[in-house]
Amino acid sequence: MQAKVTITVNGNVYERTVEPRTLLVYFLREELGLTGTHIGCDTSSCGTCTVHLDGKALKSCTMLAVQADGCQLTTIEGMASNGELHPLQAGFHEEHGLQCGFCTPGMIMVAADLLSHNPTPTEHEIREALEGNYCRCTGYHNIVRSIQNAAQRMQEAVSA
Amino acid sequence: MIPPQVAYRKPNNINEVLSLLHDLGDDCKIIAGGHSLIPVMKLRLNDPENLIDITGIPELKEIRDNEKSITIGACATHAEIARNEVLRQHAPMITTAASMIGDIAVRNFGTIGGSIAHADPAADWPAVLLAANASIVIKSTDGQREVDIDQFFQGMFTTAVQESELITAIRIPKTAFNANSTYVKFSQPASRFAIVGCAAAVEKGGEARVAFNGVSATPFRDTAIEKAIMAGADIETATANTADAVSVMSDHFAQSAYRKHLAAVYARKALSAVL
Repeated sequence: MQAKVTITVNGNVYERTVEPRTLLVYFLREELGLTGTHIGCDTSSCGTCTVHLDGKALKSCTMLAVQADGCQLTTIEGMASNGELHPLQAGFHEEHGLQCGFCTPGMIMVAADLLSHNPTPTEHEIREALEGNYCRCTGYHNIVRSIQNAAQRMQEAVSA
Repeated sequence: MIPPQVAYRKPNNINEVLSLLHDLGDDCKIIAGGHSLIPVMKLRLNDPENLIDITGIPELKEIRDNEKSITIGACATHAEIARNEVLRQHAPMITTAASMIGDIAVRNFGTIGGSIAHADPAADWPAVLLAANASIVIKSTDGQREVDIDQFFQGMFTTAVQESELITAIRIPKTAFNANSTYVKFSQPASRFAIVGCAAAVEKGGEARVAFNGVSATPFRDTAIEKAIMAGADIETATANTADAVSVMSDHFAQSAYRKHLAAVYARKALSAVL
């Protein structure tokens, strides 16, 4: 069984033939070679596979590639532009928001979803938004600071 | 984990879905967000030959404000429900429960119709819909029927939906008890599924509805609590025998005695918020 899909990832249009059972995260990693999106628990608990589908955070281990046919995806590889880090990436760098880095792509993608509809979140709102993303290194404190740092950068960019 | 081999179709109208359901019978499953179905397919607990994706049908996503009820399309996501102001005004427990399901990414794609069709005893919707006196709109090639929520959940992963039928909407009546309602839960920290969830909808001096999920294999209304509240009992007295009428589940998250205790605690929390 095969199905044709056309999926736009980070602005590039990909046409591929896939088995309908192919999970979106495997499509990204194995078909497109975009290995920045990680596979952790594979049960939509840990959040490291988080990407954006039509602008909304999605755990890509829990969607089939065929369901994303015709959609726009953004992965961690699509966050930096023209060699400039995305403010969230810069924030994680500045505030040391990672140790091993395994959860970081998912953390950044879910934080981007949060900041897209709440540009000035409170610490509590940030922690709430991270409820579906696990970090086993940092204890979350630096991740929260990194997102606050990014929110600040994005605010300054808007008012500049 | 890779799901088993399956064929996939995405019709763009309800009639096409219904005739596929009719023709394929139990060889197919409906998929919307996939957040209940894909995990059970990965575990080989379900191995359908065909998937019918219903997310390409706009009318199934609508949340409609009618004169005496609000109808929530089966494909409305938890996130869309959580943001809906009409529901917040007429049945606040619905938006509260929606915002407590899973996490932001799960709520973005998981749907109410998928959740109730799956009927996980630890899901959040059952208690809320039981307390709301909701009804479930179901279609097939034979026509449409509306099932009272009290007849809908029939056991663990078992509902009144028959082979070849499709849940199209959930109807929430606009009532005084729904306008004064809440949902509280004690959740499993990783999955956010309810170890105990309690929904309470009370019209002061009128009807009271109190329902639980997570407590027993089938979500249920605790009619003893309801009667006591309607008879004017205080919360402590009304909840003294919480969940006495059901067989309380026991698992590695919570043994039955502890779960039963939690049910009473969460019933008090919920009732304190609405009385």
